[in-house]
Amino acid sequence: MAEQSYAERPDLIRVEHLTKHFPVRGGILQREVACVQAVDDVSFTIKQGETLGMVGESGCGKTTIGRTILRLTEPTSGSMFFNGKDVFSLKGRDLKEIRRNMQIIFQDPYGSLDPRVPIGDSVMEGLKIHNIGSAKEQYDATITMLKRVGLEEYHARRFPHEFSGGQRQRIGIARALALNPQFIVCDEPVSALDVSIQSQVLNLLRDLQQEFGLTYLFIAHNLSVVEHISDRVAVMYLGKMVELSGREDLYRRPLHPYTQALLSAIPIPGARGKRERIILKGDVPSPLNPPTGCRFHPRCQFAKEICKEKEPAFIETEPMHWAACWHVNP
Amino acid sequence: MENSDPLLQVKDLHTYFYTDDGVVKAVDGVDFEVFPGEILGLVGESGCGKSVTSFSIMRLVGVPGKIVSGEILFEGQDLLKMPEAEMVKMRGNRLSMIFQQPQTSLNPVFTAGDQVSEVLEIHQNMPHEKAWERAVELLRLVGIPDPAKKASAFPHEMSGGQAQRVMIAMGLALNPRLLIADEPTTALDVTIQAQILDLMLDLRKKTGASIILITHDLGVISDMADRVAVMYAGQIVEQCKVDVLFEKPYHPYSQGLIGSIPVLGRVADRLEVIPGNVPNLIDLPAGCRFAPRCRLREKYNLDICSQQKPSLEEIQPGHLVRCWLYQSTTGHQAPIKIS
Repeated sequence: MAEQSYAERPDLIRVEHLTKHFPVRGGILQREVACVQAVDDVSFTIKQGETLGMVGESGCGKTTIGRTILRLTEPTSGSMFFNGKDVFSLKGRDLKEIRRNMQIIFQDPYGSLDPRVPIGDSVMEGLKIHNIGSAKEQYDATITMLKRVGLEEYHARRFPHEFSGGQRQRIGIARALALNPQFIVCDEPVSALDVSIQSQVLNLLRDLQQEFGLTYLFIAHNLSVVEHISDRVAVMYLGKMVELSGREDLYRRPLHPYTQALLSAIPIPGARGKRERIILKGDVPSPLNPPTGCRFHPRCQFAKEICKEKEPAFIETEPMHWAACWHVNP
Repeated sequence: MENSDPLLQVKDLHTYFYTDDGVVKAVDGVDFEVFPGEILGLVGESGCGKSVTSFSIMRLVGVPGKIVSGEILFEGQDLLKMPEAEMVKMRGNRLSMIFQQPQTSLNPVFTAGDQVSEVLEIHQNMPHEKAWERAVELLRLVGIPDPAKKASAFPHEMSGGQAQRVMIAMGLALNPRLLIADEPTTALDVTIQAQILDLMLDLRKKTGASIILITHDLGVISDMADRVAVMYAGQIVEQCKVDVLFEKPYHPYSQGLIGSIPVLGRVADRLEVIPGNVPNLIDLPAGCRFAPRCRLREKYNLDICSQQKPSLEEIQPGHLVRCWLYQSTTGHQAPIKIS
């Protein structure tokens, strides 16, 4: 893709200042005693046909972002535009209509299929809810989709427990694709799978993207997987987006100290002793009570006074390369 | 390292599970050695028998599982012939194990200090106060911040990384000669994983213990292990020095496994794929267990693969492979010659 045409491509997804706080209630009156700042003031866009990878460690808010922009959980504040439409203000029929275009693939292929429903019916359910075509057409569409993800017609009558993890994830993909959506949130779609199966599913997701012109938000904790599938990559830390850039740029020249540490921490097969590892001190702090200023400062080797006091802004440090860090953007 | 006698020798180990559906051959003829001070990586996908192998060494295989045959020689003694009372003394003392899920492997109703000091009280008859002091020292050694205070913390008050450090402290309390680490970092985030792996290398340097590191992550193996054994469907299919495996894997399964993982900094348009799924351990293929998924079998048009079982042969010094591509027998000429 040439750079010029990239800028001209329309944004399919535009998220602005998204915030999601989960209240923690306590006492006999169940008053709000604290709140978990799962996602705090996050903004990004995804172009039509693009894959935005989102990485971060557990508790960084990446799954909450995926769920909130689909309105599977309601946001605390912020807005999200799908094709220019404000998704957070939609209600009733309009919301249902837009949900056809936005689907999700879940992490756990075991927990996300109803064990008592034949998988064909699970895949078909969306078509029924949205009243698309006759019963015969719905059935045919289901079988076509199952075949497209590498399953057979006779599989439609079987139950989830009869399938392996990789096959179940294929069923999850078929279900997400049944309504012919434009946008899919892939929430850790391969992390529960064995490596040899993982590559099968990653290749399938890529083929489907080209075939149907899909736009992905690909959430994962595995940076190698995200590098493989994404056009651009966003790095999250404790509810904040700390860096966003084109894939090559981010992996070759990470700006944020957290991204640098994260990349250096990944063991690479056959590269022992050839790289320097940055070992971060301590654990990820709790999002219940995040550190002041830059949330990364207690673990950062470059932390200065200002990092403890003021939150760094998310700035386009270089063209198309954003970072939130006082060290990078003094 | 290889000049000395092996610390642990596993010989032709078979561990089966007798289920209602049939006999699950989880470990079916596994041989390997661990030398003093060495880290042996055991790698494979879920269900390949790597965890059952480690539970067999600890003699912790429960019903319906049974160690059917084989020998496990540890410091020259066969663990499988040892009376249970002696084995109890072995566990924790000379052999020790840390598990994948640190938070569920610790007892939720006892503090970290209790659990570490218990080991010392039982095995060394240490009085409680002294054991507690030693426990705090051990917690400091594994990098728990403020160990005197954290010793009174319960498992739910700790993060995953901290809980794994407590597990490691328990595992090392009696200075064992062999530590079996079963997916010690799989449940942890990468930055925490890096801390724990660093800690394990450091402790090996200090105590000289050998480690069997079980994982499905080839990156971890590459960073940590001296030698590696690749397991598939209950058997070892390739065993060699770790850098040799990544430079020149011989077994088609090892090749597929290495090719199918996305590697940081090496972007490929498509990933290599091993077709199909792992075989059912109740109903195994007659010949080579990897034959139904093997591309090279098709390429060289080998019939023997689906008929006869290959054995684990040393095709180069210290490099063992279980594959007909490199082995000849009556009526079969190995298509690939290795000088």
